[in-house]
Amino acid sequence: MSTSSVTPLWEVFIRPRNGLAHRHCGSLHAADAQMALQAARDVYTRRGEGQSIWVVPSSNIVASDPSASAAFFDPADDKIYRHPTFYDIPDDVGHM
Amino acid sequence: MYSQGLNESNLASAETPEFLAEFQARIDADEKIEPNDPMPQAYRQTLIRQIGQHAHSEIVGMLPEANWLTRAPTLRRKTALLAKVQDEGGHGLYLYSAAETLGISREQMTEELLAGKAKYSSIFNYPTLSWADMGAIGWLVDGAAIMNQVPLCRCSYGPYARAMVRICKEESFHQRQGYELMISLCNGTTAQKDMAQDSLNRWWWPSLMMFGPSDSDSLHSDQSRLWKIKRFTNDELRQKFVDATVKQAQHLGLEIPDPQLAWNENKNDGAGGYDFGEIDWDEFWRVVKGHGPLNRERIAARTKAWEEGAWVREAALAYAEKQKSANTDPNNLAQKVS
Ligand SMILES: [Fe+2]
Ligand SMILES: [Fe+2]
Repeated sequence: MSTSSVTPLWEVFIRPRNGLAHRHCGSLHAADAQMALQAARDVYTRRGEGQSIWVVPSSNIVASDPSASAAFFDPADDKIYRHPTFYDIPDDVGHM
Repeated sequence: MYSQGLNESNLASAETPEFLAEFQARIDADEKIEPNDPMPQAYRQTLIRQIGQHAHSEIVGMLPEANWLTRAPTLRRKTALLAKVQDEGGHGLYLYSAAETLGISREQMTEELLAGKAKYSSIFNYPTLSWADMGAIGWLVDGAAIMNQVPLCRCSYGPYARAMVRICKEESFHQRQGYELMISLCNGTTAQKDMAQDSLNRWWWPSLMMFGPSDSDSLHSDQSRLWKIKRFTNDELRQKFVDATVKQAQHLGLEIPDPQLAWNENKNDGAGGYDFGEIDWDEFWRVVKGHGPLNRERIAARTKAWEEGAWVREAALAYAEKQKSANTDPNNLAQKVS
């Protein structure tokens, strides 16, 4: 009991309708997964905002470190050849 | 979201002049600040205080209207009011979550509220004496809240801004159902219209006070604007509210209880606006400091809810613990597989 006297935090992801990805929409506290789902329904889909809900314990989310983000994302910074505009195609070839 | 562990690692950002200048440059470039970003301690504390107060206001704000839920005159009004009060509970939750990303827990915020250390909007310390108050609150109190909250959707702190976007989407219904209720009363019997006028008389000045102290007396305004937490000053927002609301009162055929209210074509850089009388700041500070009509009752009601809910929270956690250990029991697992 000692470690869990605080009701755990959950992250809520909602799929607005089929065909779209689940998207993070907020968080809530709940004792277990079932209560988290029900609370997420009551809090985040009161006006038909969702077709499907995921809840994930916040403690299970692993996040990149924002203070190290410059170095972490650095490998992509100098690779302009990954973008279509790096390549010259004559205008008369048309849209490509 | 985000684990509190990560938050804590940034709590002690060294606040060199370079660090502060860099942070201000991000704000000036309209970059959003996200939970685990380095931020000055004062920025974090300002947000914790403001978002916490805001969350408490949503929760305490359920009480004045809950007072009339069982006495709504029709089923239509009752369902609308119930839905509105439920929304306010949701607003409190979005905001507590936003504050939690800054490294404070909801339990801690709740304890501060119950101990009288955290503030909430002083308007909720006034009593709801008649059914017309359900109209006046939706129209004026939610109206003033919208005026305050729309600019907060662009606040520099990402989680707060996102919570405000959700909230603002829902607030519009609150104001409209209140105003519609006022229209019904004003089109009704003389007694009903008098009830509406009486309600406006009681809620008008407290609504103007919702925007906080005058700019000349406001403690936090300048720094908050520099950090783009606030986009407008208290007085600017109050003026916008008055200008928007006078016409709505005229449409109802009600009179705003301010003899000094007068159109001034030179106001708002020549666009015109209303001059209005001086707010009773003594009353404002009295209520803020805990001596309004219902401060004690409101905190007592929150304390009762918190204490009487304790066994439910504990039971839910105990049940979750039990389920967890049942699921890791090898015998149990075997059963599931077979
Ligand atoms: Fe609200
Ligand atoms: Fe509201």
